Amino acid sequence: MIRFIKILVFVSCLVPVGLLAWRFFGAHPSDMSTWGVGLGANPVEALEHKTGDWTLRFLLITLAITPVRKLLRVPALIKFRRMFGLFAFFYGCLHFSAYIWVDKFFNLHEILADVVKRKYITVGFTAFVLLIPLAVTSTGGWIRRLGGKRWKALHRLIYVSAIAGVIHYLWLVKADIHKPLEYGAVLAGLLAYRLVAWLRLRVNSNLVSRVPGKVALE
Amino acid sequence: MLIKQSANIRSSEITPRDLYLNRRSFLAGVGLSAIVAGLGIKELVAPSAEALATEKIDGIQKSPLSTTEKITPLNDVSHYNNYYEFSTEKEDPAKLAKDFKTRPWSVTVDGLVAKKQKWDLDAVMKFATLEERIYRHRCVEGWSIVVPWVGFSLSEVIKRAEPLGKAKFVQFTSINDPGQMPGQRQRILDWPYVEGLRMDEAMHPLTLLCFGMYGASLPNQDGAPIRLVVPWKYGFKSPKAIVKISFTDHEPLTTWNAANPHDFGFYSNVNPNVDRYHSQAYEHRLGEFRPRPTLMFNGYDQVAGLYSGLDLAKNY
Repeated sequence: MIRFIKILVFVSCLVPVGLLAWRFFGAHPSDMSTWGVGLGANPVEALEHKTGDWTLRFLLITLAITPVRKLLRVPALIKFRRMFGLFAFFYGCLHFSAYIWVDKFFNLHEILADVVKRKYITVGFTAFVLLIPLAVTSTGGWIRRLGGKRWKALHRLIYVSAIAGVIHYLWLVKADIHKPLEYGAVLAGLLAYRLVAWLRLRVNSNLVSRVPGKVALE
Repeated sequence: MLIKQSANIRSSEITPRDLYLNRRSFLAGVGLSAIVAGLGIKELVAPSAEALATEKIDGIQKSPLSTTEKITPLNDVSHYNNYYEFSTEKEDPAKLAKDFKTRPWSVTVDGLVAKKQKWDLDAVMKFATLEERIYRHRCVEGWSIVVPWVGFSLSEVIKRAEPLGKAKFVQFTSINDPGQMPGQRQRILDWPYVEGLRMDEAMHPLTLLCFGMYGASLPNQDGAPIRLVVPWKYGFKSPKAIVKISFTDHEPLTTWNAANPHDFGFYSNVNPNVDRYHSQAYEHRLGEFRPRPTLMFNGYDQVAGLYSGLDLAKNY
């Protein structure tokens, strides 16, 4: 049952890239001269922006799993968190590839200059790089290898990556900040939940530690 | 206290815990899939290429200032527009500007001039012979197009405006009409849009006062009914929907410079060696797959003389 649901969710997560590819390659994929026409006048920009949007969305969806499963009391949602996290990384890879290939055409000098000089690319590059260790250690084998505590500590990097991602978007727009701020507002809400949960845990364990023999509630 | 006896339920009727939990996650999974797929499918609707409501212009002369490079298709130039007065999404101005009124239209001439004037647009269009100027157009964002504009040199208008000797700069003001232009209802930029040139830049033959493109009047989303085209500068230096031309003795405060002085300067000459907003060494010509190197002054070397002795890294 759960496997069927997972397959369904997996396929849905591929819809954005599927549509992007459909529109990029068009009705005659073998005819290179028609590539990109379905993405409007500037396919380079369309590819970069849409893959960037989906990277951020999947990061936020991943971060939303824990609050949603706690608030709606659906513990089984945890089974989807890794998939969504890996899709965030997947779209991040597509976004990064669009940048280094379709935009910069592998001009290493230009790319390095960008990463160093353009602060919005520095922070975007950071956001992407931070996802790499998370993707690599996403398996159960790695949880065992690192131990639960260390794995959890490492995977807190997703907060940094998501924040960096929103700042990347905010710094890249020329004047209209309302879209990055929308993402920022959602992220702020998700992080606020985490903060409140963490504070309650601390308060709880502080109170309880005064009473000998009692165990902290979660 | 009354404690009710619960009805006798056979243990075989109890939903297995696993299935009970899975049912909720099934709903959650379906819900999530629907949201993700739905958002993805929303983007399937591609921009439609409707017919443009433009009028053919007769009697257009060719110009030696035109380039022979491949012209960008009209559909791209009319459906990919940075026109924040309407929207910050490039595909939206084509839809939102459909009912924009371009007649009656007048252009006010004021400031340091012999006499303040108010010209009807159709009168202005008769000041000189309309020419086809095929210009490269380079956006600061890193993309470029080649457009067959229709108009004549701005100098024709400046002559008739009779600016005073102490006038050193020309300032252009675009229309301010939040009623017709949704983007102006928010302070994305400080409306109305203001641009400016040095007098010698304004008098240069390349500087084009533009009324049309592709042999017809300007589509609304491209700056109808009257705009400027300064081909050796980044695209934002070419204001759209001009209502006022003013002559001043001080450098005008232009809208993008006011919004972000670090990235957008008064001159904003196309310059591969100066990277304020981001690297300008390369550009994407729409329709081409590979990026191409950006040319100094967008390839219009004939303006280099205007800036001899000027440090273009400082005066960006």
